[in-house]
Amino acid sequence: MSKLVVKDLVKIFGKDPKKALDLTKQGLSKNEIFEKTSQTVGVLNANFEVEAGEIFVIMGLSGSGKSTLLRLINRLIEPTSGKVYIDGEDVTAADREKLREIRRRKLGMVFQRFALFPHRSVLDNAAFGLEIQGVEEKERHESAYKALELVGLKGWEHSDVSQLSGGMQQRVGLARALASDPDILLMDEAFSALDPLIRKDMQDELLDIQSKMNKTIIFVTHDLDEALRIGDRIALMKDGEVVQIGNPEQILTNPANDYVERFVEDVDMSKVLTAEGIMKNPDVVVTTKDGPRYALRLMREKGLSSIFVTSRDRKLKGIVTADCCVDAVVNGYNDINRLIVPDVPKVSPDTHLQDIIPLLADSKYPVAVVNEEDKLLGVIVRGALLAGMIKKGGDEDGAA
Amino acid sequence: MVLPKIPIGDTVAWLVDVADKYFGWFFDFITDVINFLVGNFTDLLIGMPPVLFIAIIALIAWRLAGIKVAIGSALGLLLIWNMEMWKPAMETISLVVIATIISLIISIPLGIMTARSDMVHRVVMPVLDFMQTMPPFVYLVPAVILFAIGSVPGLIATVVFAMPPAIRLTGLGIRQVPKDLVEAAEAFGATEGQKLLKVQLPLAMPTIMAGVNQCILLALSMVVIAAMVGVGGLGGMVLRGIQRLDVGMGFEAGLSIVIIAIILDRFTQKIGGKRKTTT
Repeated sequence: MSKLVVKDLVKIFGKDPKKALDLTKQGLSKNEIFEKTSQTVGVLNANFEVEAGEIFVIMGLSGSGKSTLLRLINRLIEPTSGKVYIDGEDVTAADREKLREIRRRKLGMVFQRFALFPHRSVLDNAAFGLEIQGVEEKERHESAYKALELVGLKGWEHSDVSQLSGGMQQRVGLARALASDPDILLMDEAFSALDPLIRKDMQDELLDIQSKMNKTIIFVTHDLDEALRIGDRIALMKDGEVVQIGNPEQILTNPANDYVERFVEDVDMSKVLTAEGIMKNPDVVVTTKDGPRYALRLMREKGLSSIFVTSRDRKLKGIVTADCCVDAVVNGYNDINRLIVPDVPKVSPDTHLQDIIPLLADSKYPVAVVNEEDKLLGVIVRGALLAGMIKKGGDEDGAA
Repeated sequence: MVLPKIPIGDTVAWLVDVADKYFGWFFDFITDVINFLVGNFTDLLIGMPPVLFIAIIALIAWRLAGIKVAIGSALGLLLIWNMEMWKPAMETISLVVIATIISLIISIPLGIMTARSDMVHRVVMPVLDFMQTMPPFVYLVPAVILFAIGSVPGLIATVVFAMPPAIRLTGLGIRQVPKDLVEAAEAFGATEGQKLLKVQLPLAMPTIMAGVNQCILLALSMVVIAAMVGVGGLGGMVLRGIQRLDVGMGFEAGLSIVIIAIILDRFTQKIGGKRKTTT
């Protein structure tokens, strides 16, 4: 069962939402509905499911309805129609009492402008959620200390929040959301108000915390780089509608429509694509039992100037060049092992392109993609890398 | 063509008559309660040795606002004692304090309600405009009819006069609490009461204290007018000074009012100011 299910969720801002709702069913656009009824469609027919432990990013430009969608989940904004289920429980049908209970136990929220309470210390801010639940002071302070330590604010517990920098304030915001140990974190443009360097730190921090706590995170942002960096999956919104849902590579390499394509065309592909996405299958390799003569023939056939050598269980041994092989054949050596250059550039499958480029630039050999056991999974040559950069995904062309 | 006169004045006079006739017991009850409160509190203040009173005020001033205000307050009160205005001054302080407390008991909850409901806001605001612009002499007369001559009508008129800014500023303070903070409280599952007590009221406190300050000063500014319906104290002394053309006595009583006003103002400003630095 999915942790969070959003089904046909609609929000219309206005006095007669029923009328606008009927119009949306006739397929009218947000603008047409506004002209006819002066009501604004905030979110239109949002449908998605989020698994436990997933970071689900809702991305869109301002006015696309992404923050509204987030607030519909915990009903800070009441949905016009549709359903939200958390752990199979219908949030939209909950009465006030039940809703409060869900907000207290299952949902933590982090805000764009931090929304810290200026009349409370850092510690009492972090303990707010538990205080609301009526937890004893000693116990809630204990949890708050732990949460603050987790976000790297140990030693600041008794400071005023106004003394902290923006990045630190948002850490308090994060600690406040984590202190009551909710299953789901709702993060509304949580890092957008921070300057770029701090933002990157916070993203790392969040990923780090996520690897320890394994929460389900719904993260709203307008920043595509941020979405690609932290999102397991991304939902792209436009005019209140979700136009595409997919993992970062799917969104980039296979945009659902022109809008998504325009959105992603400026993305620095080297930060998104991974070695796994652009590598070629290592079908052209020799093993240590093959001789230099065979290696040479293979290279000539494929038009290569060097070739990887593996053991029989496909563990990478190194590379041999055509020149060495010619030498060996002329001089009558038959043992390929003596020709192997063991020192070749190696990367893991999830290495980003931006880290592979310098390796390729510094080395005259292709880059080998290996798993933890050193097994050769793929090969990256310059051509494949370029192809990847121009968004072909490195599927077809690009042999060396 | 001559339009018939709309009988607004007659209607009001008739309403007051009816109220007096049928609800007299109710107004008598209020009169008794207020007389009891004011009487006892005044007796307490007058019965206390001036030196003790001055020491207590100086101590509070010191804790609240620092040594300068403490010295200033003590000197001011000594001057009042020296001018032989002590007894009327105590009567005035007693009346002002009780009027302020009653005003705040009514106006802070009312202010909270105007902030929470647009409906209440729309109803209350014009009433406040009316209360603030209507000359106080006008409601002094019906107050005398209903409550008879003495401190009570003066106190009621003072309450009416002093309430509006406290209501307005309480409402304003709560409406000014940033929306995202209120949203944060809701997102963590706060009840309406928790939202109010843990977020809205503490953050609105500087503005509410400004309202309290205004309330006290307006109450004090009413003492001379209230004296016209038989409230004693410094207002009575000022009035007597005017009637007898006794410039000296009028000035001394007036100066005493100013001293009390400054002390009360510094007190409440500091309470509000202190909150401001932490928020």
